[in-house]
Amino acid sequence: MLSRAANNLYWMSRHIERAENTARLLDVTHRMSLLPYRIHETEQSWAEPWALPLIINGLASNYYERYPGPLSPDQVLRFMVLDPANPSSLYSCVQSARENARTVRGAITSEMYEDINATWLEMRNQDHDRLQAGGIGEFFEWVKIRSHQFRGVTFGTMLRDEGYNFIRLGTFIERADNTARLLDVKYHTLLPSAADVGGAVDYYQWGALLRSLSAFDAYRKVYRDLITPTKVTELLVLRDDVPRSLHACMNDIYDILKVICDDSSLEAERLAGELHAQLHYGRTEQIIALGLHEYLMAFLGKLMLLTTEINRDFLVPVYTQQQVMP
Amino acid sequence: MNKPVSYNEMYRADGAVHAHYKSYAQWLDGKPMDYLLQKQREADTLFTRLGITFAVYGDEGGVERSIPFDIIPRIIRKAAWKTVSNGACQRVRALNAFLKDIYHDQEIIKAGVIPAQQILGNKLYRPEMRGFQVPGDVYVHVAGIDIVKTGQDQFYVLEDNLRTPSGVSYMLENRKMMMRLFPELFAAVPVAPVEHYTDVLLDNLRAVAPAGVTNPTVVVLTPGSYNSAYFEHAFLAQQMGVELVEGLDLSVTNNRVYMRTTRGPQRVDVIYRRIDDDFLDPLAFRADSALGVPGLFAAYKAGNVTLANAIGSGVADDKSTYIYVPEMIRFYLGEEPIINNVPTWRLDRSDDLKYVLAHLPELVVKEVQGSGGYGMLVGPASTTQQIADFRERILHSPANYIAQPTLALSTCPTFCDSSIVPRHVDLRPYVLSGKTVTLVPGGLTRVALREGSLVVNSSQGGGTKDTWVLEE
Repeated sequence: MLSRAANNLYWMSRHIERAENTARLLDVTHRMSLLPYRIHETEQSWAEPWALPLIINGLASNYYERYPGPLSPDQVLRFMVLDPANPSSLYSCVQSARENARTVRGAITSEMYEDINATWLEMRNQDHDRLQAGGIGEFFEWVKIRSHQFRGVTFGTMLRDEGYNFIRLGTFIERADNTARLLDVKYHTLLPSAADVGGAVDYYQWGALLRSLSAFDAYRKVYRDLITPTKVTELLVLRDDVPRSLHACMNDIYDILKVICDDSSLEAERLAGELHAQLHYGRTEQIIALGLHEYLMAFLGKLMLLTTEINRDFLVPVYTQQQVMP
Repeated sequence: MNKPVSYNEMYRADGAVHAHYKSYAQWLDGKPMDYLLQKQREADTLFTRLGITFAVYGDEGGVERSIPFDIIPRIIRKAAWKTVSNGACQRVRALNAFLKDIYHDQEIIKAGVIPAQQILGNKLYRPEMRGFQVPGDVYVHVAGIDIVKTGQDQFYVLEDNLRTPSGVSYMLENRKMMMRLFPELFAAVPVAPVEHYTDVLLDNLRAVAPAGVTNPTVVVLTPGSYNSAYFEHAFLAQQMGVELVEGLDLSVTNNRVYMRTTRGPQRVDVIYRRIDDDFLDPLAFRADSALGVPGLFAAYKAGNVTLANAIGSGVADDKSTYIYVPEMIRFYLGEEPIINNVPTWRLDRSDDLKYVLAHLPELVVKEVQGSGGYGMLVGPASTTQQIADFRERILHSPANYIAQPTLALSTCPTFCDSSIVPRHVDLRPYVLSGKTVTLVPGGLTRVALREGSLVVNSSQGGGTKDTWVLEE
């Protein structure tokens, strides 16, 4: 298929996945903020839960440019939900996804286009104050449902062709990236207050992390035990039966790349295989010994290399001069 | 001047229904306005949700709108369709012969039928195409012929669109919409299908591939997603099952055209382009074009890729060339025109100019190279001031204008503001050439939604209807 078309499909699903992840994170943060438990070390402003959505998306400086002064939950919400000037707001993600879809509407099914277009038309008509008044949690739920629905429509209607593979590739790369970042930032926030381990604050904090990755029930089912950092790490990094874990994402990414790579794109396949093997054969103790932060940084670095390689082999739409014609 | 009485396509002067509308009228009879209103809303919602939209030139930020769709179909008798169909095909055959001639031997100039200056001095004439043999001698692969009706069997050709005529996606989507809204109607009325349009188009495009290519790769070339007709480009590519490419996706190496795919460069043989000549290739035409493909024209001239429509076909659909089409039909085909031209005054002729300036309030004046309903004057619908302003523009460069009598365009019943009222319509059938010259039974009916208005262009408040050609 056309590289530009593949690129649009890949980014369409990345944008949708990003919207869903951001909605999840905002939802959990919002719920946490309604509880009486707070982190005590308030001098660490980056540890403030409302800073998380900004840090994870690399938006802190953008935010402070727009809203100087102390971090305000209401402003973070304004910035992350409907602000068209923020390229990672829910609004912008849906707009970009729909624009990607419109550009390649011939490469997706009409049901898919109808679905994503309807989501955009509803998004376009939202108003922040009205959302707040109606309960913003409802709106996060809506974004999640629309993302689930779009994935469902894709799964249920699309030909299993190359385009389908690029759509899935985008989803899992975005998801892996998000899980790794979220885990890293949360872990930092949580570990310092060792005194609180087992306390109520800690419980809610860890619970929030798991919930924002839809892994809370899974944790209960798998461990039937107190929430501990080591087990959370195992669950979200190494277990391949948790849909948003790094291992599960890499399973899919590696499988897809094995299909779409050919002789000219072996490096992408190799990188994915290496990342996959690390997770497949990795052990929690090793990760803890190395340090989770270091481990996750190394993972994100390799994921970045992989996306660069994917970009170069399949997606970048302009010829380079060196390329040899058949 | 008295307003001419328009021919109503559904009702006779005595109020009775024309025979070919009977089944539909019976169905419509029992329907309360509420029901129609609900269906109209349903259609509007669906068009928006499906994203069947166009962008209006001049609107900021690529605003998309859906084109207004009217739920009352226009019905055409089989016999009347035969006239339209034969007339449109005849015209395209003559225009194609004309293009071949003016880029080769120029017999029509030698015979004195058309002055040399009219062609060679036209800025849409492409001297680069002189002596170049296009595959199958086909220049106009897709033509949109705008036809109006003024009486039971009276048709006129208003203009020919031979460059990149658009609107055919609406012909197809309107039919889908009608079948979705009123499936029972299609059991009661024998409507000829139009759905095979894209099959015929693909078949024709494959037939004009460069010599020696057995399994040609066809693509649709679009200026991009911000173009007003992008929906249509994507639609046609999808329906034909071919790639929709932008200039950046293509490159030329050794006079061969390739598209960049996920599996490396792939050869392209036929390009159905929806980009004007000027923007196709910055090396050959406008150097500032970012939409085109450097080297495309050289690849074309080397015979390695087919462009549809051919470069240089614009000279034949210019409004100052239009007046010669009946002569072309006689000259190349030895036939009489099946559908006539609208009588036309050319304002570069002093007698014509004098007459037109004296009769502006009753005439329609158009720019020679204008399109889309921009830059025209509809005398009877304009104020004294508007006419005076337009007079100045004409006097400034008379050769830029032609004038025609204000025709009493036929009307069709149209659903407007919860009532059914007559509105003026025209018809654009799409003639396809390649293997053969043919069209599917139907076309795009455009309707002027404002009362009394004769301007049907979507950019000027026009809407569309489904067009039903009866099979018996």
